[in-house]
Amino acid sequence: MPIKKVYEGSVDYLQILDEKGNVDRKLEPKLPPELLKRMFELMLLTRAYDDKSVKLQRQGRMGTYAPILGQEAVGVGAALALRKEDWALPTYRETQVYIAKGVPLEKIFMYWKGIEEGMYFPEGTNCFPFAIPISTHLPHALGIAFALKRANKKQVMLTFVGDGGTSQGDFHESLNFAGVWQVPLVVVIVNNQWAISVPRSEQSHAKTLAQKALAYGIPCVQVDGNDALAVYKAVSDAAGNAREGKGPMLIEAVTYRMSMHTTADDPTKYRSQKEVDYWKMRDPIDRFRKYLQRKKLWTKDYEAKALERFAKEIDVAVAAMEAYKGDPHDMFRYVWSDITDNLKEQMAEMDRSYAAGDKA
Amino acid sequence: MKMTMAQALNACLDQELARDPDIIILGEDVGKDGGVFRVTERLQEKYGKERVMDTPLAESAIVGASIGMAAMGMRPVPEIQFDGFSLLAYHQVLCHMARMRNRTRGRFTLPVVLRIPYGGGIKALEHHGEGIESLYAHLPGIVVVAPSTPYEAKGLLATALESKDPVIFLEPKKLYRAFKDEVPEERYTIPFGKARIAKEGSQVSVITYGSMAPMVLEVAQELQQEGISAEVVDLRTLNPCDWNTVIESVKKTGRAVVVHEAVKTLGFASEVIARINERAFYSLRAPPKRVTGWDTIIPLLASEDYFFPDKRRVKAAVKEAMEG
Repeated sequence: MPIKKVYEGSVDYLQILDEKGNVDRKLEPKLPPELLKRMFELMLLTRAYDDKSVKLQRQGRMGTYAPILGQEAVGVGAALALRKEDWALPTYRETQVYIAKGVPLEKIFMYWKGIEEGMYFPEGTNCFPFAIPISTHLPHALGIAFALKRANKKQVMLTFVGDGGTSQGDFHESLNFAGVWQVPLVVVIVNNQWAISVPRSEQSHAKTLAQKALAYGIPCVQVDGNDALAVYKAVSDAAGNAREGKGPMLIEAVTYRMSMHTTADDPTKYRSQKEVDYWKMRDPIDRFRKYLQRKKLWTKDYEAKALERFAKEIDVAVAAMEAYKGDPHDMFRYVWSDITDNLKEQMAEMDRSYAAGDKA
Repeated sequence: MKMTMAQALNACLDQELARDPDIIILGEDVGKDGGVFRVTERLQEKYGKERVMDTPLAESAIVGASIGMAAMGMRPVPEIQFDGFSLLAYHQVLCHMARMRNRTRGRFTLPVVLRIPYGGGIKALEHHGEGIESLYAHLPGIVVVAPSTPYEAKGLLATALESKDPVIFLEPKKLYRAFKDEVPEERYTIPFGKARIAKEGSQVSVITYGSMAPMVLEVAQELQQEGISAEVVDLRTLNPCDWNTVIESVKKTGRAVVVHEAVKTLGFASEVIARINERAFYSLRAPPKRVTGWDTIIPLLASEDYFFPDKRRVKAAVKEAMEG
C-alpha cells in the first residue's frame, strides 16, 4: 500500500513595520491616529516605568525586578488589541499589559516592593495575577477562557508565556485542552531568545515555537515581536476569531530581552555585546517613532511632553508605593475566608514577640 | 436510606448539581463511565456534558483550569482518579490554589472541591494507594477533609460545595463500598473544623480520621468488652483541625494513641502529638503512641496487609498506653 501523507502544516511570519520604519501598506491595519499615539505612548511609559523600577531596585527601594526593556511592543500591541471586557494574564515580564488594561502604576510598583496589595487589581480591569513558576498560569488562563465561553458574553482571554515556558508541561497541557474545548484563548509566546542563560536554540529543536500549536489542532502565526503593528494585528485577528467561537490561537512574537533576566542576573556572563547591539538596531520604540513621524503624528515636542507627563505619573505612583503602610497582620487575614483559631493564636504570638516594636 | 460511601457521595453530587448551576464536575472518565470508582455515575446522563465533563488526560490542567474557572465564579469539582496521580497537579495546589486568596488580598477566591480517592486496601497497582494527606494538610489555605462513613461523607461534601475556600476532599478508597450506613435523603451539612467523638470513653483517646476510623471504632468497642474505655476522636478535617476537641479528650483520658495509614515520619500523627505535648502535657499518664504505616515505600498488593495498621496493632498500642 502506498504511504499517504496524513498531515501537513506550515507557519506564516508577519511583519508590518520593519526596523527602519517602513510599513507594508497592504498589511498595515487602518488604525485611528489616537490609537497609534496611545500605542507609542504606552511603550514610552513602559520604558520609563521599567527604567525607574531598575533604579529603585538598585537603590534598595524595591525588590528583585524583571526588566521589560526591548519587549515593550509585545505586551502593548497585544493588550490594545483587546476590548475592555476581555481578560489578560501576562507573565512577570509583561506588566505593561496591566498598565494598558488600566491597573494603576502604584499597584505594580507595590507588588515589586513586596506588598501583596499590589495584586489586588481594581474591578473592571479584568486582569489576573501572573505566576512566578513558569507556565503554571496557562491552565488558569484556560479555565478563565472556559468560564468566559460558558458565560457566552463574547469575551476573550489573552495570556503570555516565554520561549522557555514552551518546554513546560503546563504549556502543552493547556494548549491541548484549549484545542479540545475550543475556548476563546489567545496565547502569545514572547520569544525573547533567552530563558535566563539558556538560548532559544537550546530550548527546542523546533524551527519555530509557533508550530507547537499545530500538534494540538490550533492555528498559529509567528510575528515580529518588536513590531507593535504586527502584534496588534495578529492578536486582534485571533481575538476576533475567538470571540466568534472559532477557538484558540497561538502567536509567537519574536523579540529580544535587551536587559537582565532580573536585577539579580548578569547577562554578560552568557551572551555577547554583539548580539545585544544587533537587536538594539531593531528597537520597537525607535521604529514606531519613525512610523508616526512619517504619518505626521510625531514631533520632538510631543514626545518630550509625553515623557514629562509620564515622569510625573511615575513619581506620584512611587510616592504612593512608599507611603503605603502595610499591616503585617494581613498575612493571617487572607489565608482562609475566616481567621482560624490556630491563626488567631499565632497572630497573638507575633504581637507578643514584637511588642517592643522592633519589627512590626 | 442505607447507602455505601460511594452512593452517598453520588447522591450528594446529584443534589448539589441540582442546587447550584455553577457547579461542574470535570476529570478523567467522570462522564459516561461515572468515574473509576463510579462516584459520578449517571450524573452526565442527568446534567449533560456541559456540567459533567470528561477531560483529556492531564491532572495539572484539570486542576489548573479549575483554578481559572473558580476565579470567575464557577464551582468546579475536579476528580483525580488515584492519590498517586494527584501529585502531577501538586504544584497547582501548592503554588496557586492554596494562595490565590492571599496573593490577591481576597480579590480572587477559589471555591474548588478537588476530590481525590486516598489510601490503600483495594489491592491495586503502585501509586494507587498512597497516604498523601500530610502533603495537603501541610499547606495553609486549603481545607483538607477525610470522611469516615457514608453519612459523614455526604454531609462534609455538601459543606465543601458551599465553602469559600478550596477543599481537598480525600475519599478513603477502602471505605467506598466497605459498609452501608443510614443516610438521609434530604440535604444536610457537617461543619468544617469540628471533630466528631465517634465513641465516648474515659481512659484513652484514640485519634484518627478517614479510612482508619471505622476499624478504630471496632477496636474501641471490643476493648470495652475487655474493660478498657477508649474514646474515639474522628478529626474529619485535618486543616483546619479541631485541636480543642483533641486536647479536651486527652486531658480527660490522660492517654493518646494516633492512628493513620500514611508513613510515620512527619505523618499527621506527628502534628497531633506535638499539639498534645504543647497543650496537654501535664495531663498525660503515658507517652503518646502512634500506629501508622511503616517508614517504607508502600508495598505492592502482595504484602500491603503488613503495611497498614490493623486491629491487632491498634489494640496492642492502646494496651501499651494503658500500662504506661
